[in-house]
Amino acid sequence: MSYTPTTLFDKVWDAHVVRKIEDGPDVFFIDRHFIHEVTSPVAFLGLESRGLKVMYPQRTFATADHNTPTINQHLPVQDPLSANQLKALETNAAKYGISHWGLGNPKNGIVHVVGPENGITLPGMTIVCGDSHTSTHGAFGAIAFGIGTSEVEMVLSSQCIMQPKPKKMRITINGKLGKGVVPKDVPLFILSQISASGATGYFIEFAGEVFENMSMEGRMTVCNLSIEMGARGGMVAPDETTFNYLKGRDLAPKGEAWDKALAYWKTLKTDADAQFDLELSFSADQIEPQITYGTNPGLGTGITHTIPTAAEVKDGEASYKKSLAYMGFAENEKIIGKQVDYVFLGSCTNGRIEDFRAFASIVKGRKKADNITAWLVPGSHIVEQQIKEEGILDILTEAGFQLRQPGCSACLAMNDDKIPAGKYAVSTSNRNFEGRQGPGARTLLASPLVAAAAAVTGVVTDPRELIA
Amino acid sequence: MAYDKFKVLTSTAVPMPIENVDTDQIIPARFLKATKREGFGDNLFRDWRYNGDGTPKQEFVLNNPIYSGKILVGGKNFGSGSSREHAAWAIYDYGFRCVVSSFFADIFKGNALNIGILPVTVSPEFLDKIFKAIEADPKAELEVNLPEQTISIVATGEKESFDINGYKKHNMMNGFDDIDYLQSMKADITAFAEKSLY
Repeated sequence: MSYTPTTLFDKVWDAHVVRKIEDGPDVFFIDRHFIHEVTSPVAFLGLESRGLKVMYPQRTFATADHNTPTINQHLPVQDPLSANQLKALETNAAKYGISHWGLGNPKNGIVHVVGPENGITLPGMTIVCGDSHTSTHGAFGAIAFGIGTSEVEMVLSSQCIMQPKPKKMRITINGKLGKGVVPKDVPLFILSQISASGATGYFIEFAGEVFENMSMEGRMTVCNLSIEMGARGGMVAPDETTFNYLKGRDLAPKGEAWDKALAYWKTLKTDADAQFDLELSFSADQIEPQITYGTNPGLGTGITHTIPTAAEVKDGEASYKKSLAYMGFAENEKIIGKQVDYVFLGSCTNGRIEDFRAFASIVKGRKKADNITAWLVPGSHIVEQQIKEEGILDILTEAGFQLRQPGCSACLAMNDDKIPAGKYAVSTSNRNFEGRQGPGARTLLASPLVAAAAAVTGVVTDPRELIA
Repeated sequence: MAYDKFKVLTSTAVPMPIENVDTDQIIPARFLKATKREGFGDNLFRDWRYNGDGTPKQEFVLNNPIYSGKILVGGKNFGSGSSREHAAWAIYDYGFRCVVSSFFADIFKGNALNIGILPVTVSPEFLDKIFKAIEADPKAELEVNLPEQTISIVATGEKESFDINGYKKHNMMNGFDDIDYLQSMKADITAFAEKSLY
């Protein structure tokens, strides 16, 4: 048989097809399944109404994150609806023998933070969760994507979903990122170039020096935002950085199992001459610190730029004007110097230790601006612990900031962490949709450095001006 | 969960000519706290539909009595954002059985098909014709014919074909879902799982 060069994506996908249905989707086997309190209760009800069991409970992991408070977690949850969902998760997990990291558990945190940091996420796996930012786990060379509740029920009952194979796209970025440019700026830049639907129908492989030189935390930030490009998910080929990150993690393979896994993981890369349906490339020196000004993540630009005119963006004119009206912005306005009321550091996009290190690097020796309310929310208790151990908490406290407890928090404002109507938040999260951070809230998405610069100056500020 | 079988749907339609209608607009996160699938239609497009005090926003299309029907027609990139199936539940619970757009976000499209809403992708030109037909006559009817895979503007007879894979088409026409199918192949899945690396 002749040799056909294949992509990383093909290698992982094809290894998980249980059956190909003619003129239909593939029956696709799932190695790891994460569940949380919001999108799982109806799936368990479905199982019960059909009289089905969980087929492989050891392949599913439950954590509470979307609805949890970020202060006083030792007290009973005040909102009865949230408390009810958290209870349902606990009860369902216990009933079906699923591992559950609920509130108060030292391993608790945001699902896409705790999966990788505990070594549950591994290269070559297929991973799903009822959450679109499951794409985060692609940083390890896994195929990972968000699913709906019907599919959660499918995975619970059969460890499979029915999935048409997406097309393949490769985004290559070579060069070296400039001063003040961090991983978050890279996907925000890509979004500004291809729009929030530019990768719909595709699965992305991120390749090139920029991603090769990135830490695992950075790669997770990039893959996290691939869903915002419309892609099913994104992935980065595993390499020494990946293996070093995983070695010794709690649930990662050990001893002989590690050696065997490692040998396999080293085969997980795109062959030279493998074909993609679409290839895009950019250069690292095109990227400056980014910020969004509209109500979808594709409406962003370099922080020193002005807000584009309707003719300059891909969105239709009516939709674009509606977006700017919601934000209270106008075409051609400068973004630097804009009013900021809230700063949110956290979420599955930027709630990891590196993000707190970056934020601290700017606020060190400075003070929080008086007009700013800042919510700093670690992605997990493990991150929270690292923040304390590395002395970052002292820097934050000295600068007038407080640290909250882990959870999704103001990213989607399901708990009490809501940005008030009309207020501006520089947010390290992933979505600037109308009302996403609270009814009427106005979100500017940016990196932890840009968030820190806003937090200490009180307005949108180029972080490069604060870096020595 | 069982849903209505879908064959031929002839109905007036509700126009929403806005691009990037995301799932946070369809159903804001604060309404995702239920543990049962019921009543989501009440909060469909909540913040576009109601003021903060709960009074209806008169200018929003769902509050305009001249528009009604089982078909929702949206702008490009409909359903972007979150994987929340609640968005599809809210649309179904409100009474829509079909959403028409020139472009759907992937997860929303999959969720819709899984719960019995037919997502129909048309060309941007045909979408424009539909919006114009409804603008000219709010009672203009559309016919969505799943067996034939066509959508037409009844008054003018203008018609376009749409794609759907044979497996999903069969499911929609019979009210079947994927769980039935997967349960029927448990032996194959068990054999596959035994060889799994993880």
